Amino acid sequence: MTKNINLTLKVWRQKNSSAAGNFERLEAKDISTDMSFLEMLDIINEKLTLEGKEPIAFDHDCREGICGQCGSVINGRPHGPEKGTTLCQLHMRHFADGDELVIEPFRARAFKVVKDLAVDRSPLDQLIQAGGYISANTGAAPDANALPISKETAEMAFDAAACIGCGACIAACPNASAMLFIGAKVSHLNLLPQGKSEADKRTLGMVRKMDTLGFGNCTNERECEAECPKEISITNIARLNRGFIKASLFSSEK
Amino acid sequence: MNWFVATFGSSIGKKLLMAVTGLCFIGFLTGHLAGNLTIYAGGDAFNSYAEHLHALEPFLTVVEIALLSLAIIHIVTGLWLFWQNLKARPNRYAVNKWAGGRTIGSATMPYTGVLILAFVIFHLLNFSFVDKTNTTIWQIVSTAFANPLYVLLYIAAIVVVAFHVRHGLWSLFQTLGANHPKYMPFIFKASIVVSLIFGIGFGLLPLYVSLFA
Repeated sequence: MTKNINLTLKVWRQKNSSAAGNFERLEAKDISTDMSFLEMLDIINEKLTLEGKEPIAFDHDCREGICGQCGSVINGRPHGPEKGTTLCQLHMRHFADGDELVIEPFRARAFKVVKDLAVDRSPLDQLIQAGGYISANTGAAPDANALPISKETAEMAFDAAACIGCGACIAACPNASAMLFIGAKVSHLNLLPQGKSEADKRTLGMVRKMDTLGFGNCTNERECEAECPKEISITNIARLNRGFIKASLFSSEK
Repeated sequence: MNWFVATFGSSIGKKLLMAVTGLCFIGFLTGHLAGNLTIYAGGDAFNSYAEHLHALEPFLTVVEIALLSLAIIHIVTGLWLFWQNLKARPNRYAVNKWAGGRTIGSATMPYTGVLILAFVIFHLLNFSFVDKTNTTIWQIVSTAFANPLYVLLYIAAIVVVAFHVRHGLWSLFQTLGANHPKYMPFIFKASIVVSLIFGIGFGLLPLYVSLFA
């Protein structure tokens, strides 16, 4: 049932990456429960613009939950309180009339706030680069069973490949660790024949890059797994740990 | 960089050190609890256990040096990780909420760790580094626990140990890469059971000594 609700927002406002930020109190009036969270922010921004004020900067792109561009922390929860959803797929029906919402950017030393809720997540690109590349031919689809991959392996790799790189795992981690992100990337690529030949090199490269970028250390708090919009499991972190032991102690990679 | 430094200086390497040393301490606690259970058989049994243990010299000194080395690795690495993790998020959130992953044990690991260190030093000063020429270990223990303050302090310390073990035990398997849907649920439950065994096993001893000795 569609209805309209009124909310009080406390939004993090920060001019640029070097400025000090603070919370701004905004009233969100007459918000339809059919709106998504980002549509609610659009309405606020339209009102702010008409009043001649600076609209709230926030990251977004596809608004279908598949690009990984959106994401803010709503009342202490990255992508809001719903399990397995991105912020753009979170709808206002999950909130009640009169709720107060504290909206903050993803916070980590490796993620600089660009403006308001928009953060620079390019360290995630650097992590991907540190993992090297795989070769995949373009053109016609390859023969179905030219590369024998078991159903189980394909499923595990696919589950890890569901990662959209939004950074919620880092935002949720009490230590701002990127272990679920690189665990997912390492699993996705190292499980399959295309990536297997460089598995050891990739694992060491990504772990060392993560350390130099200023991400924290995993302490198995499991908050990443609980907040991941794609529900990626920490078994991928265990696979990364196994891969790290193998690459460090049982391979010739330095 | 030297591969050894690169491996054990990295984030996963440091966690591996925590996991392996932590597993050793769980082994130590198991042995310590088994020995302490002789208290239920009375003062003579406990004294005889202590005598037999000390008859194992010089093997015992080797074990003590090993435990001290493991403790130094566990404490230094743990504090280093704690400091790095604090630095990894210089601007904290205004609102913090748990999504269901954290437990009291996991959220308090560094703090319970430091408390355990303080307790271990206190415990060694009480019962280990004391003049035992004209007395027995049973006399020292029963005199100490005649004081209700000691009983309370020891029980509180054991509760802290239990929370540390509750997260530490399953967590070390995850760090070592042993997480599989087939057996992780068992390991997770086993760490709760083991922490309860340590908590109840050690925790009842001071109470028993103060009430029945």
